[in-house]
Amino acid sequence: MYKEFLKYTVGFLFSAGMTVSPALAGGEAEVLHWWTSGGEAKALQVLKDDFAKKGGIWKDMPVAGGGGDAANVTLKARIVAGDPPTASQIKGPTIQENDEAGVVAPYHIHDVATAENWDSLLSSQVANHMKCDGFTKYCAAPVNIHRIDWFWANKKVLDSHGLKMPTSWDEFNAAASKLQSAGIIPFAHGGQPWQDATVFEAVMLGIGGNEFYQKAIVELDMNALSGSTMVKVFDQMRKLQGFTDKGMPGRDWNVATAMVMKGEAAFQIMGDWAKGEFSNAGMKPGIDFYCLPTPSNHGYLYNVDSFIFYGMKGKSKVNGQKMLASSIMGKNFQKIFNIYKGSIPARLDVPMDEFDMCAKGSASDLKYSAMTGGLLPSFAHGMALRNAQKGAIQDVVTEHFNSNMSSHEAARRLADAVQASM
Amino acid sequence: MFYWLQKNLPKIVIAPSFAVILWFVYGFVLWTFYVSLTKSKMLPRYDFWGIDQHFRLWSNPRWYIAVENLLIFTVLFVIICLLIGILLSILLDQKIRAEGFLRTIYLYPMALSFIVTGTAWKWMLNPSMGIEKLFTDWGFTDFTFDWLVNREMSIYTIVIAAVWQSSGFVMALFLAGLRSIDDEIVKAAKIDGASIYSIYVTIILPMMRPVFMSSIVILLHISIKSYDLVIALTGGGPGISSDMPAVFMTAMAFHRSEIGLASASAVMMFLTILAIIVPYLYSELRRQDANA
Amino acid sequence: MQTLDFQEMEKIERSTYRKRTFFRWLLFLVLGLFAFYYLAPLYVMIVTSLKTMEEIRQGNLMSLPGNIIFDSWKTAWSGRGGIDAGNVFLRPFFWNSIKMVVPAVMISTFFGALNGYALTKWRFRGDNVVFLMFLFGCFIPYQAILLPMARTLGVLGISNSITGLVVVHSIYGLSFTTLFFRNYYVSIPDEMIKAARIDGASFFKIFFKVLLPISAPIIVVTVIWQFTNIWNDFLFGSSFSFGEAAPIQVALNNMVLTSTSVKEYNVDMAAAFIAGIPTLLVYVLAGKYFIRGLTAGSVKG
Repeated sequence: MYKEFLKYTVGFLFSAGMTVSPALAGGEAEVLHWWTSGGEAKALQVLKDDFAKKGGIWKDMPVAGGGGDAANVTLKARIVAGDPPTASQIKGPTIQENDEAGVVAPYHIHDVATAENWDSLLSSQVANHMKCDGFTKYCAAPVNIHRIDWFWANKKVLDSHGLKMPTSWDEFNAAASKLQSAGIIPFAHGGQPWQDATVFEAVMLGIGGNEFYQKAIVELDMNALSGSTMVKVFDQMRKLQGFTDKGMPGRDWNVATAMVMKGEAAFQIMGDWAKGEFSNAGMKPGIDFYCLPTPSNHGYLYNVDSFIFYGMKGKSKVNGQKMLASSIMGKNFQKIFNIYKGSIPARLDVPMDEFDMCAKGSASDLKYSAMTGGLLPSFAHGMALRNAQKGAIQDVVTEHFNSNMSSHEAARRLADAVQASM
Repeated sequence: MFYWLQKNLPKIVIAPSFAVILWFVYGFVLWTFYVSLTKSKMLPRYDFWGIDQHFRLWSNPRWYIAVENLLIFTVLFVIICLLIGILLSILLDQKIRAEGFLRTIYLYPMALSFIVTGTAWKWMLNPSMGIEKLFTDWGFTDFTFDWLVNREMSIYTIVIAAVWQSSGFVMALFLAGLRSIDDEIVKAAKIDGASIYSIYVTIILPMMRPVFMSSIVILLHISIKSYDLVIALTGGGPGISSDMPAVFMTAMAFHRSEIGLASASAVMMFLTILAIIVPYLYSELRRQDANA
Repeated sequence: MQTLDFQEMEKIERSTYRKRTFFRWLLFLVLGLFAFYYLAPLYVMIVTSLKTMEEIRQGNLMSLPGNIIFDSWKTAWSGRGGIDAGNVFLRPFFWNSIKMVVPAVMISTFFGALNGYALTKWRFRGDNVVFLMFLFGCFIPYQAILLPMARTLGVLGISNSITGLVVVHSIYGLSFTTLFFRNYYVSIPDEMIKAARIDGASFFKIFFKVLLPISAPIIVVTVIWQFTNIWNDFLFGSSFSFGEAAPIQVALNNMVLTSTSVKEYNVDMAAAFIAGIPTLLVYVLAGKYFIRGLTAGSVKG
């Protein structure tokens, strides 16, 4: 019954599309994603509309939960069944991992990418994340760039205690201690493994520096992982833990953001999706709250959301992939989408004047960091490592942060866990 | 031919179900066992590697946490559910008014999924929103109930919520058992001057052996499978302190691209099930046959 | 059982009588405390679903809502429309779950009954082993067999459909339904079957004419059990059925477990409650028969 209905609807749309733009008709895309509410759903709706305008048929396949954890189960079941979705929200080295499993070839969207000259529209670092087959062929399309290493702070709270935004971790610790004795929770945090990891990488970038981050996290250098710098990073994590409140474990990130907004807490470290919470409450950056990078030497931890396109059979599906890839890279789409989402466009040529000051800051920092070697992939958000290594590090980080494990022990375990996961 | 058909009809009737079980349970168990001997990462692969995944599993500190938690959880969950179930069923059996109403109250949590159970209890147990805040608001400022955020205690919050969900069902099973016992037996014991307490302990409960069996089977199946509740209530945290084998396995198979390792952990779970259930059930069946 | 009848009561001394009343009160106190334990989360869920977000932030979880508003129920069921296009709501998925649950419950119950009958009334060599092998299926953690399951469904061409879900739930329900019916039929005297056999009744005739008519209690138990389990399933639902064909638990999950947006606890709680209504209704309405069915089935099994 339902199938019949769909068939007729599809048929109707198909014939309607034929009359308007025959060249583009007949594209369909089944898209697995976990953007099911709020700004993300709104942002995705922009893509759905754009795709429909081109005559494509969008089959929505949302599976929310655990930042894509639940969707991962669904995706694997589909791939193993031999019927992967047309496109799926996958990012970072997992894209190449999918390719090595042999399910992405023959890279249907590469033609579109070449025709639209994506190489010139994206920074080389972002472009490389999108390529399969030994980084030669496009197999995924980026929608945005999130920055991870942000301090979100309540300006009123800082002002009333005579504090400025810290520019070093020592300054932060001093400010936090002062706030704590004044009865304010210095550090709003949600104790979930991915949030612990988010804080950890920001701290590492600051305390260890760009090169150290590159060595330890991207190259997984054993000496760096277990060395004295890593111990210092864990020391700072321990200090941060002391600045949190009792309700931390298991708290959702946006509840922590709300604590900063209400002035119960002063600081939070979170990616720039946190901005949406502030602006929904009518708070203005620079006036009501600060959005500044965590202290580091012009480091920038990026997180690029993207859609992977699996190997497909059937003209309509392949067509759908091409149309969707082109939609995702559309200039106007990238602008509107990212205004809703809080991030900045992956495309370099999108004018930034409609964005807020946090996003503008993010865009100019990105350029500077890219030149000075501080532009680094976020490990907590799956940009730096494959899932096995990422998970191994995350386990140790979250265990350390939620217990009284010593920093030496944590650094030792970190190296062990990475070694064991290889 | 007709005779043969008639003689074997029972087997023929069971055959389709049995075949389906053979494939979908035992075939898949074998598949899992084989995959645990491969290097499978993101997707299953079939070239033989050896038992390295099992070594990796048993050198993984997180796995030990998961196993320990499963032990704690199973023991407490089964015992507490049985105690509450038996207590409530005996109390409800005292010919009281409002029995139907109370019974429904005790039983309804069984209707809710573990995800809903977890979500509701997460609220109740959260120190800054739930019971602790309630008591501090009422003036008991020293009251603390922070098990959910305490890594030593978080596994017990899962026990609380799971007991909440399942103990009513055990109550129902035991109530059913009590109802089917012949009143004459109790009356006879009373005439002999036995106390109520000793009647229950020495006469009635031993007669409940089959109920114990059904309850334990159902409770064990819940505890070994426990995944949804952990995810919804603690997410395995704080840290990974409330991890459980099913959570570990799911994380490895689907989020970590460690299908080989996940299969190794699944094999361990299968073996545990076999080791606990089969001897127990088999002895039970033996007894039944002997009684029959 | 041990409450004393009226005449005996007369004979008891006054002090014992007082002791009795005391125990009676204690009994109700204990029962009442447990009722509180079981009801508290439900109370919190319902109360929270009726509050505004502002009230939730201000008050504590036990406090009653200022004025009762059903807005969040409406949002959970049929969305907010317009401004929130793209957000998930439950209505379209409710029917999907029904389409999945009804056939799956019927199939697994029917075959469970047949298996239980054959295993108890037509004993054959190795029947206990067969039964044990069925039982093992109760304990399988479904995550462990998800991938071969997906592959099998893919080969059968039903990996992405309600049909696939019906098949999966029917199969993994078999273990439980067989267990229930077997334990029930064991308690039914073999003489009944023997008499029918002597009269020349066939295998199926005995099943349909003799056993099924007296199986109502255990059918109720099995149907309730299967209905609850299948309705509440998320894992299979999210793995084998997608988008518009997804069952309600997947939609609930999509509403409640979003990672990056403002949490509307009132809508979440309303949604959780709505998704639980069918199973709650089944327990509340059929609870009585459930206990009766268990009484008939469990004890001698």
